[in-house]
Amino acid sequence: MSTPGYPIAPDPNVPWTGALRRYDLIKEVVIATLVVLLLTIGCSLIFSSPDDKPVTIASWSAADPGDFLTTAVSELNNTSGTATYGPPYTHVAGSGQNLIGGISLQRIVGVHIPIKAPQVFVLDPLHIVAQTDPALTTVLGEYESASTSDQTKWTDAYTAALPKAIFKGSSVTLPAGHYGPVGPMMSALLAQARAGGLDGALISSDRFYQSDFTRALLFLADGGYLESLAGSQHLQGSQWGMMNETGNYPGQAWLWLYTFWYQVPPFSTSDNADAQIWGLMALFSAAFICIPFIPGLRSIPRAVPVYRLIWRDYYRRAER
Amino acid sequence: MSSGAERPTWTSHLRRQVASMPPEKLLPDTQPVYVASWIYVFGALTIGAFIVVLLSGAVIAMAGPSWWHHSSFGHFINSTHLWSTEFFFAFMVIHLWGKFFMAAWRGRRRLTWVTGAVAFLISIPIAFTGYLSQQNFDSQWIGGQAKDGINATGAGAFFNVLNFGQMLLWHAVLLPLFVGLLIAGHVILVRRRGVVPPLPGKGGA
Ligand code: HEM
Repeated sequence: MSTPGYPIAPDPNVPWTGALRRYDLIKEVVIATLVVLLLTIGCSLIFSSPDDKPVTIASWSAADPGDFLTTAVSELNNTSGTATYGPPYTHVAGSGQNLIGGISLQRIVGVHIPIKAPQVFVLDPLHIVAQTDPALTTVLGEYESASTSDQTKWTDAYTAALPKAIFKGSSVTLPAGHYGPVGPMMSALLAQARAGGLDGALISSDRFYQSDFTRALLFLADGGYLESLAGSQHLQGSQWGMMNETGNYPGQAWLWLYTFWYQVPPFSTSDNADAQIWGLMALFSAAFICIPFIPGLRSIPRAVPVYRLIWRDYYRRAER
Repeated sequence: MSSGAERPTWTSHLRRQVASMPPEKLLPDTQPVYVASWIYVFGALTIGAFIVVLLSGAVIAMAGPSWWHHSSFGHFINSTHLWSTEFFFAFMVIHLWGKFFMAAWRGRRRLTWVTGAVAFLISIPIAFTGYLSQQNFDSQWIGGQAKDGINATGAGAFFNVLNFGQMLLWHAVLLPLFVGLLIAGHVILVRRRGVVPPLPGKGGA
């Protein structure tokens, strides 16, 4: 039996005609806002927030010049991450992740932010220095007019010798070898980077104002230094890093499901993990939005008695 | 309905919509008896957190994006922006699960669920672009990693996570505006339809 004013199966389509209670919506929102404000101020005073200094090309080349030069040579001979990336940065046949089968949205959209790695990261910045350094002008001329096979021979020899390099200040000494103009070019690039010149060169453009850091960030991301710092801060993809932030802070906990897929097969070993996981999450998101329309899913709440807990006062009276 | 001769106009349509929401319905001071549970507070707490997020973000915006890196007061305001965001998500998720277990989409309330769910999904890129706009190590690393995910969808060609200016504007203008409008629509829908009654009890249909 249900008490009058407490119908046990009210029609959710029609306005409620049963008993009412006083309810102050505005007071509720105002108090809620004040409560959040206090909680927020409390947490901010106790826990603060992280703000780790950014890495600069200058700090990278000082802290790990070997990694810096390895990355720079890979840009010069088109073997770096960016050079071999494919869309949206570079034209590389067959590159780009597949969503399913051979279908790649990345390839369909194509190259929209073109980056010529050797020019952007090495040659153009060196040409700035060369304007006041005739010897470097000659060296650059020699490299640029050489055949591709000579260029590759030099860069390969340089890359092979780098593990034996000795660094002192901003100078680098390699064992004797056939590096051609690549030796002096890389020494000049290291000196430019150490002095902060490369930071400037990578963000400057033909416009005065700057708001785009694509080139500088791609260069940093191609190196191993940024990644090693991230690893020590538990930020790598394989460390659930997408939902973490620097230090011991909650980070983006709401990315748990997205991050989860990267930890498990087949995604953890797939070359197309990003495309596949984004595709999967798009499906999940659509299903989440559409729960009220999906038979089965929309009936789960009836089967789980959480609602009896939420409306327990109401049921107690109605079922009396 | 208007009579045959006078055909409805867009203007009259809007007038009817507005008229269907008189102040007593928009801001009632009574609620059905079943609106009596702590779970109902979480919608209001989510609004509260959204307001604190907007206010702390506004203070940072007034001083510009680099300010908080070299001012201790700025750093404190940044902390409040971070923590209010964490509360916003926490309260929203509790609210969401509550509404799920109440099957609160019953009785022509499906659009309320849909607007809420879309607001949740769009809040994720707000937080994400916020991390990208910090101008610190975290931004550098997140940008470098996230580009691969977004590029894999093809969207990276237009939504460049390494373009600071673009990310800051999405973070501080476009996405909050969108979520703000969704929240407004969401709350108006709740008032318009009234709070969903309880599921039929034991032995009910
Ligand atoms: C963006 C943040 C959100 C805000 C500020 C917000 C705010 C509110 C408020 C103030 C109410 C009325 C009070 C209450 O029942 O708690 C409400 C109701 C509701 N919310 Fe949200 N909400 C948000 C996100 C969501 C999400 C993510 C969902 C689910 C996917 C959702 C689903 C609902 C539903 C279905 C109702 C109607 C409840 C009823 O008729 O009893 N909301 N929301």
